[in-house]
Amino acid sequence: MGDHKINKTYQEINERIRKGKAVVVTAEEIIDIVREQGPVEAARSVDVVTTGTFAPMCSSGAFINIGHSKPLIRTTETWFNNVPAYSGVAAVDCFLGATQTSEDDPLNKLHPGEFNYGGGHVIQDLVAGKEIELVAKSYGTDCYPNRKIEKVVTLKDLPSATLCNPRNGYQNYNCAINRSDRIKYTYMGTLKPDMGNASYSTAGELSPLFNDPYLKTIGLGTRIFLGGAQGYVTWQGTQHKTAVDRGPNGVPLTPAGTLFVMGDLKKMSPEWLVGQSIRGYGCSLSVGLGIPIPILNEEMVKYTAVSDEEIFTQVVDYGHDYPEGISKSYGQVSYAELKSGTIMIQGREVQTVPLSSMVRARKIAAQLKRSIEKGEFLLGEPQHMF
Amino acid sequence: MYSKILILYFPPVVAQNAVVCYLTKDYDLLFNILGAKFSTKEDGIMVLEVTGTRENYKRGVRYLKEQGVRVSYAEQEIWRDEDKCTHCGACTAVCPTGALSVKRPEMEIVFDKEKCSVCELCIVTCPSRAMGLFSKNAESILP
Repeated sequence: MGDHKINKTYQEINERIRKGKAVVVTAEEIIDIVREQGPVEAARSVDVVTTGTFAPMCSSGAFINIGHSKPLIRTTETWFNNVPAYSGVAAVDCFLGATQTSEDDPLNKLHPGEFNYGGGHVIQDLVAGKEIELVAKSYGTDCYPNRKIEKVVTLKDLPSATLCNPRNGYQNYNCAINRSDRIKYTYMGTLKPDMGNASYSTAGELSPLFNDPYLKTIGLGTRIFLGGAQGYVTWQGTQHKTAVDRGPNGVPLTPAGTLFVMGDLKKMSPEWLVGQSIRGYGCSLSVGLGIPIPILNEEMVKYTAVSDEEIFTQVVDYGHDYPEGISKSYGQVSYAELKSGTIMIQGREVQTVPLSSMVRARKIAAQLKRSIEKGEFLLGEPQHMF
Repeated sequence: MYSKILILYFPPVVAQNAVVCYLTKDYDLLFNILGAKFSTKEDGIMVLEVTGTRENYKRGVRYLKEQGVRVSYAEQEIWRDEDKCTHCGACTAVCPTGALSVKRPEMEIVFDKEKCSVCELCIVTCPSRAMGLFSKNAESILP
């Protein structure tokens, strides 16, 4: 990584973690440390900075193997508590998507719909150990003659279940307003007409990819906190973008990087995988995600010291522009402004509404910090960068 | 979970029929009879605490009205399930009185019952379904 005064390797940091000697701080704590000590001294003393975020991440789901029944079945359709899972994979394998609604959901027929139960809720019920009604159908073959099975299962009964989220941890996201004269029910929450509120959804200075804006330490094989267990970054997420406008600190000014993450659902907890019902929009899953950033040198510690005042996003109109695919910004605002409770848009003061839980994000960063300090969580050295 | 205390008035002709048992049989609602007074000469009164999903509750009340029962309500209160609330903040977009607000810099969502107008918007807006409704002062309305 060029000419640095401090140079540490993953192996060296892991050795310190194993011995219980690693110095770990959260992405909030590192800000003042770097301000007081400067980047070189901070990089010398700190080994790992922990991040965290907890928000609805629609691109989530689980690959589930339901196990064989006698006679055998090659499932072509599968339902969990009446929520369909994609079954166009091998016999008794399926993918349950977080936003999939229950078969009898009235959707938006009476707008705005309530979306009380979907794939995200099934995933939360599974990790909570609840009983799930499982139904699967098939057309029947010589080798797999069974055409229908019905059983009640818990997560323990399923041979395997892997949380597999194609797009999590979005590096920055729009701040949403509604300039139309009607209330709008969106994935950015309820937006009151005539710029009645401005909604945003990131943990700001605690959010993983704001702390490593060029993904210099995050790649395939990075071990992460996922849904309460240890998971991995397994690829770049869908819609991952690197060629974007950035501030002088390298932080993107618009939505940019994303991560594809996976982990063993059986080890996860209902506290960190929470089914969501977004009024008028649909079902989703709030995912607890935390990434440890290794302080390999003073350059990395500078990135992790980024604060809300230095992270910006764009104000986008979800009343008209966004649904029409029009890319237009009504202003650039910092996360410090967004977190203050009001922002100024075109000379008007607008109330801000968070959708990402800072309380939970802090808890993840703190929990990850403790696990690393105790030697229970080792860094995964990435084998491929995005 | 949705729970309300209903005050039901049964005209003498309706009082002869089996009515409230169907709330459980057909609408999956639990009820608890807090008080009842019936007569063949004047309207009977029954105070009923009904618990179930919001959707079933609405269907159940519609059924009662179709049977000729007059329905009125005890005073309501919004409550928050502290275990379910993730402190995301989505409710603060719709709360018209500021009863739900963000405490800074902690970014905790606080619920001030004193400011709540029981508009119920938070119940359908909360993505984690942490907000619920119940009736207060059950004792004061018993016949």
